[in-house]
Amino acid sequence: MRTQNWARQVWAIVVKDIAAELHTREILSAMFVFAVTAMLTFSFALDLRGAVGRDAAPGVVWTTIAFAGTLGLSRSLAREQQTGGIAGLLLAAGDRTVIFFGKSLGNTAMLLILEIALLPLGTVLFDANLLRPEIVLVVILGTIGYAVAGTLLAAIAVNTRAREVMLPILLLPLIVPLMIPAVQATAGLLEGLALAEVNNWMRVLVVYDLLIVAVAMLTFEYVIEA
Amino acid sequence: MRRRLLNWVLGVGSVVAFVGALVMVFLYAPREATMGEIQRIFYFHVASAWVGFFGFFITFVSGALFLARSERRWDILGLSSAEVGLAFITMVLITGSLWARPVWGTFWTWEPRLTISAVQWLLYVAYVMLRTSTTSQERVARFAAVYGIVAFVTVPLSWFAIRWWRTIHPQILAGGEMALTPRMLQTLLVSLAAFTLVYATLVRQRVHLEEARDRLAGLQAG
Repeated sequence: MRTQNWARQVWAIVVKDIAAELHTREILSAMFVFAVTAMLTFSFALDLRGAVGRDAAPGVVWTTIAFAGTLGLSRSLAREQQTGGIAGLLLAAGDRTVIFFGKSLGNTAMLLILEIALLPLGTVLFDANLLRPEIVLVVILGTIGYAVAGTLLAAIAVNTRAREVMLPILLLPLIVPLMIPAVQATAGLLEGLALAEVNNWMRVLVVYDLLIVAVAMLTFEYVIEA
Repeated sequence: MRRRLLNWVLGVGSVVAFVGALVMVFLYAPREATMGEIQRIFYFHVASAWVGFFGFFITFVSGALFLARSERRWDILGLSSAEVGLAFITMVLITGSLWARPVWGTFWTWEPRLTISAVQWLLYVAYVMLRTSTTSQERVARFAAVYGIVAFVTVPLSWFAIRWWRTIHPQILAGGEMALTPRMLQTLLVSLAAFTLVYATLVRQRVHLEEARDRLAGLQAG
């Protein structure tokens, strides 16, 4: 009964986030436009044509997700703070785990929506089949870890003076063990390897996800504040 | 009184151990056959790396203790250890580059241990920047403790992820490229001890500085 109630509260926060986003569309549209700009900039800067583009595609796509993600995460938490959302949530939910997991799930959903647009775009731009189901699995695993780590650190960054500047500085070194396996697994799958052949990298991704969820559960109550 | 004595012992001990290590590195340790004199940088390089990682571990432990007990002293210890550790990790990168240039023919290469040191350096820098990013001391302490913990636990995983790329770093223990003679090993151990003492001395002084700041702030407020 209690877990059911807990899940319903988490879900309510996710629905609230999605509703707020559908209403303004400010975060998703900013993230999307930024992501497209970043991908084009990479193409110009590295001259990504033909085989070079295919080889670079995993790195470009993941870097773009990581950079665009910091924008979305910052805004997502900043919006709560400006509107007094966290204070309201603390009053309504009382339980900080609900707020943290609600925000993490909401941010995961937001990033997945961005990726639904990015993967086909990458497929077209770099002539690389990023829509393989196995690659989608890698993207989902990577996004979970990224969103949880990102939500924890965005909750910190939003309370500092520099805010949007602080988040990438804090977050990017922390997701090295996520980016490496994500890029390597994506690259391997793009080359036509089977899922079993990139098993090592998948394992690192899963371990990262579990580890970051565990650490976040132990520490987030010290960073969620009104 | 005991506090003064410990300060004195640590300070003098550091100087003696450091001079001893210097003498051993340049006069006692034999000249390495293939790399020549440049290999002597290795003793301080490894010692800095050890202290750099150890400093991060202390910051992690202090962070956990601070969150559990909310005592200011654990926050001070975490902060001091991170600042001193950052200095040592910076030395690791500099001495490593100086060594790599003649031996590998390049200042930098994306070898696992170099890469993890660079990541570690970035984590330290982020930690120190976070500490200066808000004026509320209570808030900074909480945030820094959380960051110190999260950063520390991701390091082993970073290590595994990065390691699965090719490695060209000399494997000291596996008996790879660089074989250590007994004299070399003794020199290395003395360097490790000397650097650990220097670390302890610096952290202790940094802790005193922060405590003095707290007292000053208390007096000004009172």
